[in-house]
Amino acid sequence: MDKIYKALAEIVGEEFVSNRKEELYIYSRDSGLSEPRFPDYVVMPRTVEEVQKIIQLANKEKIHVVPAGASLSLSGLTIPQKGGIVIDMRRMDRILELNRKGRYVVLEAGVTQGKLQAFLEENAPDLCHSLPEAPPSATVVGNLVIHGQGNLTQAYGFNSSMISGLEVVLPNGEICRIGSCSLSPYWFSIEPLPYLAGLFLGWFGTTGVITKVGLRLYPKKKLRDVELFVLEDPKLVSEVIYRVTHTEMAEDITTVAQPYPLMFQGTIMIGIYLTGDTEEELEFKRRLIWSSLSDLIKAKEGGFMALTPDMKVGLLEKPMSSLTRSADILKGGGFVYCGAIIPIEKFPEALKKLFEIAERNGVTFAHTGRVIGRGHCMMFAFAYPFNRADLESMEKAKRALFDSYVATLEIGGVPWKPGAEEQKLILERMDKNSVELIKRIRELLDPNKIMNPGNWEVEL
Amino acid sequence: MSMELHRCFRCGWCKLPSDFVDYNCPSYAKFRFESFSPGGRLWLIRAWLNGELTWSENFAKILFSCVACKNCAEQCKMRFKDEIVDWITSAKSSAIEKGLAPPKVRDFLENIAKHGNPWGLPRAQRASWLDLNKFEGEGDLLYIGCECAYEERGQKMAKNVIELFKVAGLSFGTLGNEEECDGNEAYMLGELGLFQELASKNTQKFKELGVKKVITISPHAFNAMKKYPDRDFEVLHFTQLLLELIQKGKLKLSELDLTVTYHDPCFLGRHNGIYSEPRKILKSIPGLKLVEMKRNKENSFCCGGGSGNFVFDLLSGSESPARLRVREALNTGAEILAVACPICKAMFEDAVKDEGSDLEVKDIAEILLSSTKML
Amino acid sequence: MQSQNFVLKFQKELCETCPTYDCLTRCQYLNIDTKTAEREIRKLLNGEDSFVLHECVTCYACEEYCKRGNHPFYLITDLQEKKGILPAPKPIVKQWVNLGIPDKKDIPHFYGAEEPVISLCLFPDFVNSIRGKLFQGVSIVLGRHFFCNLVYLHFGKPSLIRERLPKIIENIASHGFKEVVFFHDECYSTFTSYADAYEIKVPFRPVHLFEYLYNRLKELKDEIKPLNVRIAYQRNCSTRLTPQKEHYLDKIFELLGVERVERKYDRENALCCGGIIRGLQKLDLFVEVQKKNVEDMKNAKAEYCVFNCPACYSSLAERVRKEGIKPIMLHQLCKLALREEPR
Repeated sequence: MDKIYKALAEIVGEEFVSNRKEELYIYSRDSGLSEPRFPDYVVMPRTVEEVQKIIQLANKEKIHVVPAGASLSLSGLTIPQKGGIVIDMRRMDRILELNRKGRYVVLEAGVTQGKLQAFLEENAPDLCHSLPEAPPSATVVGNLVIHGQGNLTQAYGFNSSMISGLEVVLPNGEICRIGSCSLSPYWFSIEPLPYLAGLFLGWFGTTGVITKVGLRLYPKKKLRDVELFVLEDPKLVSEVIYRVTHTEMAEDITTVAQPYPLMFQGTIMIGIYLTGDTEEELEFKRRLIWSSLSDLIKAKEGGFMALTPDMKVGLLEKPMSSLTRSADILKGGGFVYCGAIIPIEKFPEALKKLFEIAERNGVTFAHTGRVIGRGHCMMFAFAYPFNRADLESMEKAKRALFDSYVATLEIGGVPWKPGAEEQKLILERMDKNSVELIKRIRELLDPNKIMNPGNWEVEL
Repeated sequence: MSMELHRCFRCGWCKLPSDFVDYNCPSYAKFRFESFSPGGRLWLIRAWLNGELTWSENFAKILFSCVACKNCAEQCKMRFKDEIVDWITSAKSSAIEKGLAPPKVRDFLENIAKHGNPWGLPRAQRASWLDLNKFEGEGDLLYIGCECAYEERGQKMAKNVIELFKVAGLSFGTLGNEEECDGNEAYMLGELGLFQELASKNTQKFKELGVKKVITISPHAFNAMKKYPDRDFEVLHFTQLLLELIQKGKLKLSELDLTVTYHDPCFLGRHNGIYSEPRKILKSIPGLKLVEMKRNKENSFCCGGGSGNFVFDLLSGSESPARLRVREALNTGAEILAVACPICKAMFEDAVKDEGSDLEVKDIAEILLSSTKML
Repeated sequence: MQSQNFVLKFQKELCETCPTYDCLTRCQYLNIDTKTAEREIRKLLNGEDSFVLHECVTCYACEEYCKRGNHPFYLITDLQEKKGILPAPKPIVKQWVNLGIPDKKDIPHFYGAEEPVISLCLFPDFVNSIRGKLFQGVSIVLGRHFFCNLVYLHFGKPSLIRERLPKIIENIASHGFKEVVFFHDECYSTFTSYADAYEIKVPFRPVHLFEYLYNRLKELKDEIKPLNVRIAYQRNCSTRLTPQKEHYLDKIFELLGVERVERKYDRENALCCGGIIRGLQKLDLFVEVQKKNVEDMKNAKAEYCVFNCPACYSSLAERVRKEGIKPIMLHQLCKLALREEPR
């Protein structure tokens, strides 16, 4: 028998390792449009010690390792670019601690968004985490490691800034803790120690495998409502966001622009989510938000849309299944998007680029976006559905996607969770010393170059 | 096969119940490789049909470990959701047609075809244990079904139902050894020819005997008969009839000081939308406390026995769905895990033993019967 | 283009000699005294600007208040458009304008439809409720090719109605329908009141849902189990255009065995559901109107709030429910009395 397979089976048990072609097929691709690349093994550890042993084995055998959550990035970040072992982290799915008064949880890296959501619903109904608009099968750590966003991002910044502690298996197999948990039993804060968390967030598993995380929780109000502010002029979007964020009354602020249904054509909708423990609180917030926009309303430049109860149900669903459903727009089982992190005043430019790209490539499109922090920046998604059974449609969407990455960089934005190819675009434009630093850190942490190679790979 | 497998986005909603508490696809919960999730399975079927992947033992396991519990269809957010189970069934059908099905699956179907039951046991044994008049045109027909006819625990369940019907003064009979398999598993395995043959035999026999109403013990039989073409008889699950008897005052119930949790069988629940009758029966017993498992009704977690797996059991092991479910039942603090399906009953009784637990698995008829006997 | 062919039948002298100016003095939202009314009406008659054009909440009520058969509301909407006064913000108007553009996808909905036929306008969600004894043998048509477009009265775009209406009428007529039952009150009012006011020919008989329900309930009289409940009725805006069919409603309630509670805001004094008021971005007024309305229902001890218009239901049902009153559409109330699932 294959010696690596055997060694892996000894670590995790034979049931949880595979080199069979069906598992290799599934783990060679995600739901996006990245080229499939086959792993040699898929393994599912249950404990940090098992992860450690897998990494030690990989170092010994000089075999590549790719940590994976639910592989839902859509940009191929868990596709093994150069083969090796895919570590499916989802058997590590225990929620280890809830500190209610300190508002944080400690969980293993395979816990799904859905599981955490259900856990809090049951054990701490007045607390919530920042839930991304991903399917509930996505993992919490998967979202953190790519600097994901969620419904609390407008208030507190990127989800990755809500981390209060980390446990990581380093590329050399050492287990390392970061934050208060490195010197205390409590996982309450990353600060005020040297900020080591940054070594593992946004690196797509090239610097280690996150095995546990402390995650901050936030007050969850009993009531939640949504308003859609509609505009025609994209130039007004940043102004509206500025005004609404100034009130500090909104939980989440999102943007939508799409050609279908026809009703929405030519308008931009800004979703403003409100929460309150009482109707009065909700109404108070609503009034402040409305009045912050009163002059735009008076000038007839924008207004709040009348939402039917059904529309509200869809918009208030957590997470929103309609976003997943957009993969079926062409009855084709897929969409891809470039999530551009841009300054909010770049919204009109980004929207113009989106229209141009869609027209040039002959594809249908949609835009959704989310405000990050008090308007410090926003995520602007250039999204394109495609039909998995139609090669031409896939090619077109792929071209539109690539153009969107280029457009993002052209307008001064930063692409979020770029795939291996797009990472190269970023590195080409990045300050040379920054690139060099990335390279040196990787060499230092991962001398055998085993960790998710093909990602953030600097070829100087 | 007119399938639109490419429409699956593999987003994974299908793996979970509606409140996301845990994985709810039995084969994914057990194997944990993405390939065993509904989406993974659909992508692999597509790859197989496209010629990207060739048949293998592992693929057979992936395909036939789908128990057709319908959680995926219940939770999928896409417009094609109702077709998912059919797609998987079609793939099973293709595999069987091409002679690729694993030997255990092949034997299962052959036994049904030849002997009228999945174990290949003699037809003469079907009702040898049964002490009951044969149906002769009067009253209702009690359809025993293979799991109750041949399996010890099923037999016990059938006896409980029969005794209750007698207590209630119901006029009914069975087909004895002349009973044919209901064909549900043949249907779910995509052996439509066999299913139609069984359906037509049963329908024909019912017609000859003047059967107007069939009461099934197994939800699987209930499901199959609902699908019979040209059905001209009414079909009820025994829990539906028992509730009616209780409501009409035909069964006098005395107090039972018990804490019970009820497990929804997939073919009664998700496949046929019957959630309230079994619960109403249990709640009608004075003193009985019904507690719910986290996953219940539409979100029920399958015992792992569907689509032939109660015989060829591709999901056995320490993390088998039945054992996971027993742990969930224990978490409710219940003393009894109540079931309404002979397959669930056998699966859970085995699982309880393997878990070394003192949880009792009882069918609803048994619980109800002890309540009538207490008087 | 075609809209220019249709001119409002309006008799100026009726207003000039009006002793009451009910159209404005009875307005529940603008608070206008007789003197102001006289002044503003004169402006309107002369095609001059008036605060009325800017502050009108487009509740349609003045059409009903005018007992001289003139069309004050239609005049207001025509003037708003002429002067480019948009009651709602531009992007909101744009969305509504887009909403009504007929789309290819709408066509299949009415292929094969035969009389009796009921038009569900743009409310596909109600398809499943048009079943059971009440609607036996009825064909359903819906979609933008059946959309009456009257909603543009709220958005200062009435010419769009006149532009699109002939095509809609032609479409309905081309299917050979002699009679069409309109589920949406606004449709019925379009093909009767509005078409008449602009002398647009309608070659089929528009039948109001009330008339249909009443006739059907009479046929099913023996199967009705009186509901014995107290109901508040929520009148919708377009019913102001066609009050002549209201008599059916009381007869329906009688057949169903329900009591339409006596309350301040019913019949001619009815309050708007609030939906359009919010749509015109008047949040304070919206909150106030809904509150007054629902409190009035509560004071009258209504158990149900019965709606005729799906849009009213959409804007008011949640609010009503919060106060312990059950919201229900009229046809669903009828189904309840026939012991059928309302949906």
